[in-house]
Amino acid sequence: MSQIGSFTLLLALALSAYSFLAGVLALARPGPGSERLGETARRAGIATFAVVFLAALILVISAFQDDFSIAYIFHHSNRDLPAPYKFATLWSGQEGSLLFWALLLSAYGLVLRLRHKTDSRLFAHASIIIAAVQVFFLLLVNFAAHPFAVMQGALPADGNGLNPLLQYPEMVIHPPMLYLGYVGFTIPFAFALGALIMRYPGEKWIHITRRWTMVTWGFLTCGVFLGAHWAYSVLGWGGYWGWDPVENASLLPWLTGTAFLHSVMMQEKRGMLKTWNVWLIFSTFMLSIFGTFLTRSGVVSSVHAFAQSSIGTWFISFLAIILAVCVFFYVKNRSHLRSEHKLESLVSRESSFLFNNLLFLVACFTVLWGTLFPVLSEWVQGHKITVGPPFFNRVMIPVALLLLLLTAVGPLLAWRRTSFESLKRNFAWPVTGAVATGVVLIAFGMRPWRDVSYFYSLMTIMLAVLVALTVASEFIRGGRVIARHTGQNMFASMVHLAHRNTRRYGGYIVHLGVVVIMIGFAGAAFNQDKEQEMGFGDKLNIGAYTLVCQSYTQEDKPNYSSEWAIINVFKGGRQIDTLYPEQRFYKASQQTSTMVANRSTMKEDLYLVYEGRNLDTGRPIIKVHLNPLVMWIWAGVWIMIAGTVIALIPNAAAVRVTAPARIQAEPVVTGD
Amino acid sequence: MKAHNGNVSGASPSQERRAREGTAFSRAVTAVFVRTARLKAVPSRLGNLIGCCRRPIQIAVLLLAVFAFLGAGDEAARFSSLGHKLMCVCSCSQVLLECNHVGCRYSDRMREELAAALDRPDSDDLVLQSFVQKYGPTVLLAPTTTGFNRLAWVMPYLALVLGITTVIFIVRTWRMRPLAVPAGGVAPLSGPEFERFRDQARRDTEL
Repeated sequence: MSQIGSFTLLLALALSAYSFLAGVLALARPGPGSERLGETARRAGIATFAVVFLAALILVISAFQDDFSIAYIFHHSNRDLPAPYKFATLWSGQEGSLLFWALLLSAYGLVLRLRHKTDSRLFAHASIIIAAVQVFFLLLVNFAAHPFAVMQGALPADGNGLNPLLQYPEMVIHPPMLYLGYVGFTIPFAFALGALIMRYPGEKWIHITRRWTMVTWGFLTCGVFLGAHWAYSVLGWGGYWGWDPVENASLLPWLTGTAFLHSVMMQEKRGMLKTWNVWLIFSTFMLSIFGTFLTRSGVVSSVHAFAQSSIGTWFISFLAIILAVCVFFYVKNRSHLRSEHKLESLVSRESSFLFNNLLFLVACFTVLWGTLFPVLSEWVQGHKITVGPPFFNRVMIPVALLLLLLTAVGPLLAWRRTSFESLKRNFAWPVTGAVATGVVLIAFGMRPWRDVSYFYSLMTIMLAVLVALTVASEFIRGGRVIARHTGQNMFASMVHLAHRNTRRYGGYIVHLGVVVIMIGFAGAAFNQDKEQEMGFGDKLNIGAYTLVCQSYTQEDKPNYSSEWAIINVFKGGRQIDTLYPEQRFYKASQQTSTMVANRSTMKEDLYLVYEGRNLDTGRPIIKVHLNPLVMWIWAGVWIMIAGTVIALIPNAAAVRVTAPARIQAEPVVTGD
Repeated sequence: MKAHNGNVSGASPSQERRAREGTAFSRAVTAVFVRTARLKAVPSRLGNLIGCCRRPIQIAVLLLAVFAFLGAGDEAARFSSLGHKLMCVCSCSQVLLECNHVGCRYSDRMREELAAALDRPDSDDLVLQSFVQKYGPTVLLAPTTTGFNRLAWVMPYLALVLGITTVIFIVRTWRMRPLAVPAGGVAPLSGPEFERFRDQARRDTEL
C-alpha cells in the first residue's frame, strides 16, 4: 500500500506541476495552440484532485487495515481505535494533515476549474496560482513529510494509538472545517493575484472573490468555534479559549478575512480601496500559511505540540516567494488599482468601514504581536517569557468593545453623509434600550465598579443590546415599507426584505450572531469553581446547585480503562439530573484524558471534571465549574452560520408595486 | 492517576490577614476624618472653603475608601487572581489554577506554595517575584511592565492610536479633494455615463 501511495503522490506532483507550467505557457504565448495547451493544464488540475484523493484514500484504508508498516499509521492509530477515529487519522499528524491540506486544495481547485466558463481567462489565471500552491504542498508530502514512509526494522504488533485528546467526536469535524477555512483563502487570493496580473477590467472579480471568501470565512468560523467547543469539552479546564498560539493562528486570517468582507463593499459601491482590498486578501492568505508555519515549526510553544518539526524552513521559504510575487505584480500593475478616493463626511458609512478595518487590523496585529513576543524577547533579552490570557484579555477586550460599538453604529450610517437628525432618529431607541439594560442589570446586583471584568461584562451586554436593537430597527423599518407595498404581514415582509438583499440582511443576522456570542463571553466574568473530594453521599454546594456523590466506579474497555463518578444534581431540594464525570486511561498511548460531564442550559453550564483520586482515601476528586451563559456562544455560532448561508443566497427580484396609489416615502437608511 | 495530598480546597482564609486589612481600612478612614477636621482650623479662605465642604469631602473620601478596600479581605479572590497570573511549569502551558494535567507533578505543589505565600505579609508583586525567582520568567502569564517587556503592552495601544490618527487624516484628506467638474460647467448626462450614475444611485438607495 505504501508504494502505491508514494506513487500517487509523485503522480499528483507531476500533474500539478504540468498544470502550472502549461497554464503559464498558454497565457504567456497566445497563439493557435495556446487554447488547447491551456485546456490540458485545466484538465491536469482536475486530474490532480483524483490522484490526491486516491492517495488520501490509501492512507485511510491503511489505517482501517492496521497497516503498521507505514510509520504514520503506527504513530497515529492502533487496532482497537474506533472506526471514526481511524478515519480521522488522516489529519491527526503532521504528514497526514499536509496530505489532507493538498486534498482540500485540489477539491477547491476542481470546483474552480469546472466553473471556468464564468470567465475563462480570469479562471485560467486563478487556476495557475492554485496549481503553484498545490505544487508546494505536494513537494512537502513527497520530500519533507512523507505520509507513506515505511517503518524500519521488525513490524510492530500494534500502533501507538491516537492522542487521547483527539479521541472526541468533534475531532472528526473540527480539523476539516478549519482546514477548509485555511485552504479556502487560496481561492480569493488566486483571483485577486490573477486579476492584478492580467489587469482585469471592472469589479467582476470582486463579486466572484467575495462569494468564495464568504464560504471560506464560514468554514473558518465553524472551525474556530468547533475548536473552542472541543477545548471546552475535552481539555477540562473549564474554559474555551486559552490564547494558545494555535488558537491565535486560526484567528489571524479570520480577522483579516472579516476586514476584507467589509472593506470590499467600499470597492463595489464607491470604487474605493482597490489597493487596500488586494493587500488584505494577500495578507489573509499569507497569514493562513504563516499560522501553519507557527504551529508546525516549533517556533512558539503550544499545547498543540503534536505536529512540530523542521518543516518550518519550507513554509518560511514559501512565504518569502509569495510575498515577492505579490510585491512584484503590485509594483508592475499598481496603476490598474488606482481609484478615486472622495469622502464627503466623517459621519458616513465609508468612514465606519475605514474604522472597522482599522480595528480588525489592530486586533490582528495585537494577536500576532502577543504570539510572537516570546520569540522577540528571546532574541533581545536572551530568555523567553510567556504571553498568555492576562495579556490578551487586557488588550483585546477594549478593541472588541470598540468593534461592537461600530457594529451598532456602522449599519445605520448612510453612504456619503449622515445628518445629525438622522443619527438622532436612528439611535434614540437603541441607545435608550442599551442604557435601560445597564440600569436594570445594576439594579439586579451587577456591580461594575467592583472589578474591571464586571465593568467589561456590563459594557459588553449594553453594547450587545445596542447592536441587537439597531439590527431589529433595520428589519422593522424595511419590513414596514415592504408591508405597505405588498400588504403582507410584518414577518413575511421582513423575510421578503431579507430575500431582496440577502447579502445585507444576511450580514445583519451574522451581526446578531456576534452579539449573542459576545453575551456568552460576558458571562465569563461570573464563573465560579470548586474542587472537593467526594466519597459516597458527600455534598458540594455551588451556586443554586447541590451535588451529591451517589457512587464511583471503574470500567475496562478494549481501547481504554476508565474511572467515573455518579453525581446527582439537586436544585431547590429537587433532583434535576445525574452527571457522570469520567477519566480514561488509553492503553495504546499510555495516556490519560478527562471526559467532562456538562449540564448546559441557556443560563449556565454545570461542568464537572473527574480530576483523579486521593491516593490516601481512594475517593475521587471532583472539580466543578459554574459557567454562566456559555451556551449563548454556541447558539451565536449557529446564528452566524445561518446569516452566512442567507448572505450566499442570490437576491430575489424587486417587489412589484401593484397598487397605483402614491406612497408616502419613509426615510430609510440605505446601504449594504 | 493524579495523586492529591488531601488538601484540595486551595487557599484557606486567614483570620490574621483579615484582621490586618481591617486595621488598614479603619486607619485610612480615621486619617481622613482627622485631616479634614484639622483643615477647618486653617485660618485662610482656602481653609474656610474646605471647612464648608468638610462633610461632602469626608463622605466622598469615605466612599472612595470603601470602594478601594472592597473585597480586599477576600483571601480566596486574591488566591484566584494571582493563580490566574501564573502558569503551571509542567509544560502543559495552562494557567496554574486551571491545570488539570493528569499526573502533573507541579501544579499541586505550586498551589500550596501560593497559598503559603499569601499567609505572609507580602504584596502581590513580591509573591509573583518569588515565583519568578524559583521557576524563571516564563512562570508569569503576562509580560511585566518593566524594561523591554513594557514594549509588549505599549505596541497594541500605540497601533490603535496611530491607526485612528491615520484614518482621521485619510478621511480629512479625502474630504478636501474637489469633485471633477467639466470645464464648461455641469454638462447634461446621456448614454453610458448617465446609465453609470443611475446604476450608482440605485445601488446607493436600494433597500
